[in-house]
Amino acid sequence: MSAPDTFLNRLTEYVSSAVDEPSWIAARRQAGAARFEALGFPTRRHEAWKYTDVSRIANGEFALPKDAELSAERFDALRLNFDAHRLVFVDGLLSETLSDIGALPDGISVEPLSKALIDNHEAVGGQLGRLANVDFSPFAALNTAFAHEGAVIRLDAGKVIEKPIYLLFFSRSGSPVMSHPRVLISAGANSEAMVVEHYVGEQDAANFTNVISEVFLDRGANLTHYKLQEAAQSEFHVSSLHVDQSRESNFASHNLNLGGALVRNDLVCDLNGENAETALWGLFFGQERQHVDNHTQVNHNSPRTFSNENYKGILGGRARGVFNGRVYIKRDAQQVRGYQSNANLLLSDRAEIDTKPELEIYADDVQCSHGATTGQLDENAVFALRARGIDEQTARGLLTLAFANEVMEATRLPEVAERVERAVAGKLPERFNLEGLVEVSE
Amino acid sequence: MATEEMEQLVRREYKQGFVTDIESETVPPGLDEDVIAFISQKKGEPQWMLEWRLDAYHQWLKMTSPDWAHLNYPPIDYQAISYFSAPKSKDDAPKSLDEVDPKLLETYEKLGIPLHERAALAGVAVDAVFDSVSVTTTFKDKLHEAGVIFCSISEAIREHPELVKKYLGTVVPKGDNYFAALNSAVFTDGSFVYVPEGVECPMELSTYFRINAANTGQFERTLIICEKQAQVSYLEGCTAPMRDENQLHAAVVELVALEDAYIKYSTVQNWYPGDEDGKGGIYNFVTKRGDCRGDRSKITWTQVETGSAITWKYPSCLLRGDGSVGEFYSVAVTNGRQQADTGTKMIHIGKDTKSTIVAKGIAAGKSDQAYRGLVKIMPRAKNARNFTQCDSLLIGDRCGAHTFPYQEISNSSAMVEHEATTSKIGDDQLFYCRQRGIDEEDAVNMIVNGFCKDVFQELPMEFAVEAEALLSVTLEGSVG
Amino acid sequence: MLEIKNLHATVEGNEILKGVNLTINPGEVHAIMGPNGAGKSTLSAVLAGRDGYEVSEGTITFDGKDLLELEVEERAQAGLLMGFQYPVEIPGVKNIYLLKAALNAQREARGEGDIPAPEFMKLVKEQIAFMKMDPSFLQRAVNEGFSGGEKKRNEILQMLILQPKLALLDEIDSGLDIDAMKVVAEGINSLRNSQRSILLVTHYQRLLDYITPDHVHVLVDGRIVKSGDKSLAHELEARGYEWILEESAA
Repeated sequence: MSAPDTFLNRLTEYVSSAVDEPSWIAARRQAGAARFEALGFPTRRHEAWKYTDVSRIANGEFALPKDAELSAERFDALRLNFDAHRLVFVDGLLSETLSDIGALPDGISVEPLSKALIDNHEAVGGQLGRLANVDFSPFAALNTAFAHEGAVIRLDAGKVIEKPIYLLFFSRSGSPVMSHPRVLISAGANSEAMVVEHYVGEQDAANFTNVISEVFLDRGANLTHYKLQEAAQSEFHVSSLHVDQSRESNFASHNLNLGGALVRNDLVCDLNGENAETALWGLFFGQERQHVDNHTQVNHNSPRTFSNENYKGILGGRARGVFNGRVYIKRDAQQVRGYQSNANLLLSDRAEIDTKPELEIYADDVQCSHGATTGQLDENAVFALRARGIDEQTARGLLTLAFANEVMEATRLPEVAERVERAVAGKLPERFNLEGLVEVSE
Repeated sequence: MATEEMEQLVRREYKQGFVTDIESETVPPGLDEDVIAFISQKKGEPQWMLEWRLDAYHQWLKMTSPDWAHLNYPPIDYQAISYFSAPKSKDDAPKSLDEVDPKLLETYEKLGIPLHERAALAGVAVDAVFDSVSVTTTFKDKLHEAGVIFCSISEAIREHPELVKKYLGTVVPKGDNYFAALNSAVFTDGSFVYVPEGVECPMELSTYFRINAANTGQFERTLIICEKQAQVSYLEGCTAPMRDENQLHAAVVELVALEDAYIKYSTVQNWYPGDEDGKGGIYNFVTKRGDCRGDRSKITWTQVETGSAITWKYPSCLLRGDGSVGEFYSVAVTNGRQQADTGTKMIHIGKDTKSTIVAKGIAAGKSDQAYRGLVKIMPRAKNARNFTQCDSLLIGDRCGAHTFPYQEISNSSAMVEHEATTSKIGDDQLFYCRQRGIDEEDAVNMIVNGFCKDVFQELPMEFAVEAEALLSVTLEGSVG
Repeated sequence: MLEIKNLHATVEGNEILKGVNLTINPGEVHAIMGPNGAGKSTLSAVLAGRDGYEVSEGTITFDGKDLLELEVEERAQAGLLMGFQYPVEIPGVKNIYLLKAALNAQREARGEGDIPAPEFMKLVKEQIAFMKMDPSFLQRAVNEGFSGGEKKRNEILQMLILQPKLALLDEIDSGLDIDAMKVVAEGINSLRNSQRSILLVTHYQRLLDYITPDHVHVLVDGRIVKSGDKSLAHELEARGYEWILEESAA
């Protein structure tokens, strides 16, 4: 598909209004635009997009956001309410009034990208785009062409931050806009942090969000990353998260997807040093005509690296879920352990799941396994609950929640877990009624 | 066992690597309409068959070679291949075994394929295909009594055109894929089986394929039809001489099972794999598909793949009939520089359809192997069930094993399970066997055979023995 | 039968055995006891020829041969068979095949032909009955899904069929309940004859209530510090290992 002119026109529009920026950014922007122009949007003929048709994005008309105005009331209605260092972006633009970074320990910085580029553009430039370059995908190229805002988190060696860092990307209702945020996390040796990326849309929002996050973990660094995606039901959400792990580093990802009309998440984790370890948890919940596509790739590039991946999908209505998990073990990367599991629950006859767990292995002294299952609730368990006097709808609802819980139990943030539970319980079809048991969100 | 010990690869000569010195008639290399017309005329085919071939050829011209498999090979020059080679015999075709060139019979003896008395003992009817033609089919009379037709496809086109017309290309359409289209244009021979309603074929049917002539491709076509409540077990074996150049094999197999019919199709594929540097060997691009057209019909594919330089093969089942069953049991062994991308497709269309996939891959030397499978549950396939188990065993640290399973599920009552593991032979398992006095190579064979047991037990007895022997030959020297 | 002289062995650079001396004559039953970490398992592993154990000094002579020169399977073929503390599971390989392959490998090493099938089946059936095992065990994959007790019985069954000259039994009693231990002990006792030697390696004395050893040795910190008859085992049971540690330290 050729790159629709509308997107490139927007770029011209953007560049003409662009503020002063370092020349290397401008050069990269041009490279991104050129790459996107050459590639166009992917089609289903591309193996990586076999199950996901992005023509609704390609044919969309998305303006560039003009301002970041948002009342405290609208903000409070959707944000997570917990004690955190907070940056808020409204339709991709920084909201200084709603952000509240608070006091940070020495050696730790949390800044908007626009500010980091002015303060420290050389250090940022050295890492930005290193993991996600314009060849990764047409969306990465598009992001590179437009990106100007986002978050930069830096931890010096040995620094530990207690409170979570909360990045809220708020999508307003109104005429459709697009945003291309960038998140850069650089964790020094033995540092430790927890970052929450929260994407939430107001009910009538119809925006297109295209985000890239890059994470660098130095030796022994420990990062827990949450992505809670609650886009509105007419929104488009495309993201990629790239992780570069040095030896002995530890990464945990919680990729929780509840919203969006069309969602595509890519997660690429490179285990580049011995004893690096990664744990990937994922939940995708789709109803009505939602389409949620999760692609993950774990590259064991070094011996004695470990990965454990567990993704669960719950699909009702006419929703479609896609899971493509790839575990790659490089030649001579011996004594690797890589496990992957994907389980899916289909709640309706018109829901669909396409799953492809891949192993690509070039070393012999490894332990690898993957499993994928798709099925329904265990009727024996439904019966067992009914035998204890629970009605059938409630039994099914409870068991569906229990299915999600295997992933949710790994979360260490009760606010996130509660949000997910309420959203799932609230959107289950009637025969999975949980009213009165779980306090549901609207 | 230490890796370096594993590494020392000693090779045994490919056992079936002899060339038979037989006078043969071979068309010059190259492919155009004239060559196709020549093949058709040589086979004494009716006009409709020639038109069918030409239509396939025109479709093929518009297609491109698939590139999605995990395989790496230079482009194939289709104009450098000869599309027809037949042993010259006194007559047009041998009428009985006595008329067959004694050298040919000797060839089959060397291959261990019983065309004579041993066939009688084994109770297996054999159709032997040598380069482009079927040289003999045994036990015709006994099969005829039962109403079973077992003959070469060329003969079937001449003698049973109504059956061929009705079924040929209905499971694998002419333009299904690049190699199927090529085969449809130029196929030279292969087997035809028809089992009438209610008949259980009284013996195992078997075809042995042999590529002998240099620079020839082999494009056989097999069509098996089981009417209602009919049953047949069919075995196929393949070998080729050792030659430095690569030879192309692009076969098409179509199976049709009507109501309550059962077709069991077993393959032991031992095409020449090339030498240890990857020189020579067969390129094996095969389209095999079974159509469970009738309710409660069943198709079982069992394959043991030890040969070929390149394998591209996905025996599949279309589970159309309600309650129909598809099974795929596979052992693929690669050594040296062999590459294999193989697996299956199970397409669940009817209600209460079931499929089972058990794939065991063993990679040694510098070989590369991939399992690629698709399980598709269509929206109307209520209560469909699939179980898939893929296990890979790596021997040595220069090989690769990959798993690419696709699941596309559009019915909420489906239960689909996929499990895959990758491992090596455990040091502790080897030690345990050796501590019982069993030497290392025997221990490896024993453990690998144990690893493959789920599949071997699906093979007819005489093939199971052959498969186990082949496995140990293929792996010979993969441990030090 | 077996003569170990001044055996030193290291594992990953750490010296575990520091000069073991032991002589076992035909027909004798020896028990090696000792606290955890004394080197008992290392001694078994070195005798059986497991990878990763480096003999830095000393000699082992088995039946007149230099044992350390023999490959693992050659040791077994020469008649030294080890009963594993943790018998290994081998999926898909039936017990019956393992037994037959092992027996024929031994016979081949002795220059004998393969055992005729009926004779083999007769032998196996007798012994499996003796071990109070269900014949269906033979058709199951080696140790796969076996309980701890079943695995240990299976080890003894292999001994009964393979008839080693020296049976080396490494913690054969671990994980057994009392009934299973009685069966295992009975199997071991039936192995006893004037030509066959048995070496039991064990942490606990209780096995020795059922199998009376001719000699008991105490292994501490890589050396045999005390040897005696079966009464030594009882003394260890009553007093623990402390007094020996003190005595040997003195």
